[in-house]
Amino acid sequence: MATASSPAELTDATRDETSLSRFLQGLPGVDQVGVEARAASLGTRSIKKAAKLWAIDTAISMVDLTTLEGADTRGKVRSLAAKARRPDPDRPDAPPVAAVCVYPDLAATAVEALDGTGVGVASVATAFPSGRSSREVKLADVALAVEAGATEVDMVIDRGAFLEGRYGYVFDEIRAVKQACGDAHLKVIIETGELATYDNVRRASWLGLLAGGDFIKTSTGKVSPAATLPVTHVMLQAVRDWYDATGQLRGVKPAGGIRSTKDALRYLVAVHEVAGEEWLTPELFRFGASSLLNDLLLQRRTQHDGHYSGPDYVAVD
Amino acid sequence: MSVWEYAPAPESRDLANLQPAYRPFVDGEFVDGSGDPLTSVDPATEETLAEVGTAAESDVDAAVRAARRAFEQVWGPMPGAERAKYLFRIARLLQERARELAVLETLDNGKPIKESRDSDVPTAAAHFFYHAGWADKLDYAGYGPDPQPLGVAGQIIPWNFPLLMLAWKIAPALATGNTVVLKPAETTPLSALVFAEICQQAGLPAGVVNIVPGAGDIGSAIVRHPGIDKIAFTGSTAVGKEIQHAVAGTSKQLTLELGGKAANVVFDDAPLDQAVEGIVNGIFFNQGHVCCAGSRLLVQESVAEELLGKLRARVSTLRLGDPLDKNTDIGAINSAEQLAKIRELTASGEAEGAERWTSPCELPERGFFFAPTVLSGVEQAMRVAREEIFGPVLSVLTFRTPDEAVTKANNTPYGLSAGLWTEKGSRILWLADRMRAGVVWANTFNRFDPAAPFGGYQESGFGREGGRTGLEAYLHV
Repeated sequence: MATASSPAELTDATRDETSLSRFLQGLPGVDQVGVEARAASLGTRSIKKAAKLWAIDTAISMVDLTTLEGADTRGKVRSLAAKARRPDPDRPDAPPVAAVCVYPDLAATAVEALDGTGVGVASVATAFPSGRSSREVKLADVALAVEAGATEVDMVIDRGAFLEGRYGYVFDEIRAVKQACGDAHLKVIIETGELATYDNVRRASWLGLLAGGDFIKTSTGKVSPAATLPVTHVMLQAVRDWYDATGQLRGVKPAGGIRSTKDALRYLVAVHEVAGEEWLTPELFRFGASSLLNDLLLQRRTQHDGHYSGPDYVAVD
Repeated sequence: MSVWEYAPAPESRDLANLQPAYRPFVDGEFVDGSGDPLTSVDPATEETLAEVGTAAESDVDAAVRAARRAFEQVWGPMPGAERAKYLFRIARLLQERARELAVLETLDNGKPIKESRDSDVPTAAAHFFYHAGWADKLDYAGYGPDPQPLGVAGQIIPWNFPLLMLAWKIAPALATGNTVVLKPAETTPLSALVFAEICQQAGLPAGVVNIVPGAGDIGSAIVRHPGIDKIAFTGSTAVGKEIQHAVAGTSKQLTLELGGKAANVVFDDAPLDQAVEGIVNGIFFNQGHVCCAGSRLLVQESVAEELLGKLRARVSTLRLGDPLDKNTDIGAINSAEQLAKIRELTASGEAEGAERWTSPCELPERGFFFAPTVLSGVEQAMRVAREEIFGPVLSVLTFRTPDEAVTKANNTPYGLSAGLWTEKGSRILWLADRMRAGVVWANTFNRFDPAAPFGGYQESGFGREGGRTGLEAYLHV
């Protein structure tokens, strides 16, 4: 029942559907008032000067620069890729972002545009964003992304099955997707806005970790609310507990609704103080965002120049 | 060296508008007290902040006479709706001067600015707003038609929440039509004297509020003064007992809010991560200088090891240091005496066999600091399980069954507060019925609201502050 399980207990938890249900439902509850109060209180940390500059550069390097629109084109993806590898052309010392995140049919374009840059290509898959299709179709979606050369796959879990309590089904699906990913890193989107309770967020986080997700990710960005600080606290606690139990480091990616540097700093404080400083790296923490990057760049200039410049000084892509 | 050091983020000391000298406030004026001046020290640096004039018995006498006159001629006869206007005005002025008061409180007390800024000062203002609302509705408070004030209230407050304790005392007294003579603690008199300035600013009639700084002898002069109708005291149980002796056989009414040794009881079905937060908040908020602090952790044996692991990891993240830094979680211990007491009691815990774990945080070279400490393997018989430490030291005990939890939680001469952690609603109700504590928190700790009455059982005192119930302490009922 306790979270500090041994690796053997964790293997036991996934033996069959019943064991898995018992394990997930036996996780300690999350008190809503308590977790929200903790998130609010950590949100008052005051990050200044060198600490702020470091945080801004770190946040830039953690961005999964995302475009997930029906109207996406190869041209849009190429300009996003250009922005990703050199976010601030006037300031070459600004770090590149972690990855570009696109739909699978555009993964090839992104791979080509980012070849040799070290910037990853993340592709959503598994009938993103709803996840409502057959497993066959979902796996074909993953194959499309992986064959195009995506280095990271952002899958969605079947929230319907999760809410029905069919944890084994969700587990098997994540496993299958993980296998289909090959060397590509798997991020498991649990769509916290549809899971509704923090208890469910904790259960889905553990489900994603047990099934082998390299990252657990809050949201598709298509459901409101998307990422929130308290939800991210619960997920950061899950990867911390996972590490304490297994010694393995797994990542967290909040996505959707994080638009300002101020927000990003609050998330980094949570990463620092809830999970731990080991997680302050793009290997283990990402922001799924589009407009966040420009605010980070503007605040970066402000820190370096001592004055604010304005949105016309950074590229709109 | 950590990956990400937060740069210093100090709040500006100048905001406190610190004066070189402060004086007692009697009959609407700042006066030269006849007592020997005291110096108020910043416990974080041990530097002198200001010289504070103190009252002598003659000043207490003048203050009581002024309060009596104000009670009989102005404040007592004033319609409640008019009194309310003054209280609302004071509440708004507290908000307007919130930053100044927060910085001043942090300098004088040593508490972190984030607490004085986000807790002490806003809650103090909330108490005035809340009681302002009662002033013209006393007929409906449940004490019969037109309940009458007691007269002149002598109020003595501690150093742990200087402004907030002042608000807990003065707001209900004034709302019900009493006038007050208040003595702030010897080590933290400054915010009370700025409050006096706010009374002037609000145009409060002279004599309604009198502030007489001083040491215990002035407290004693207030307690023994024949012109006082009511004593309200917050502080140690030992002094509370002396006061009760002194007022026995007189017509003075008395309420006491004294020490505590609260149990925070964690069951195996608790929301563990939030329980950890509640435990941290319960004992490390305000450096543990909280009478209702959750200083005894009672944890069910089946989750004790896991909970302690999480607790130590969490406590290691607490940032101890400059109280004015906005990122400081643990500030300074208020005085050298208090620090010595905490050290002595903690050492006694170790000597009696408790296992000591102390956060690896660095302590500043100057000032009175004590690193957050968890004593595990504590037994009911040890001093650290029975005596109030009033510092950032948690005693951890275990239990096996709900009955045992209740027995151990209640096995204390105190009874101020208790915390319960379980996801089972029926168990919360069952336990709350059995806890001999004035305040019982379920799945939270140290939550204060002016609408919720606060007070204790047994050696934690009697009488309630806050809420409708709290009005009773200042009315003939």
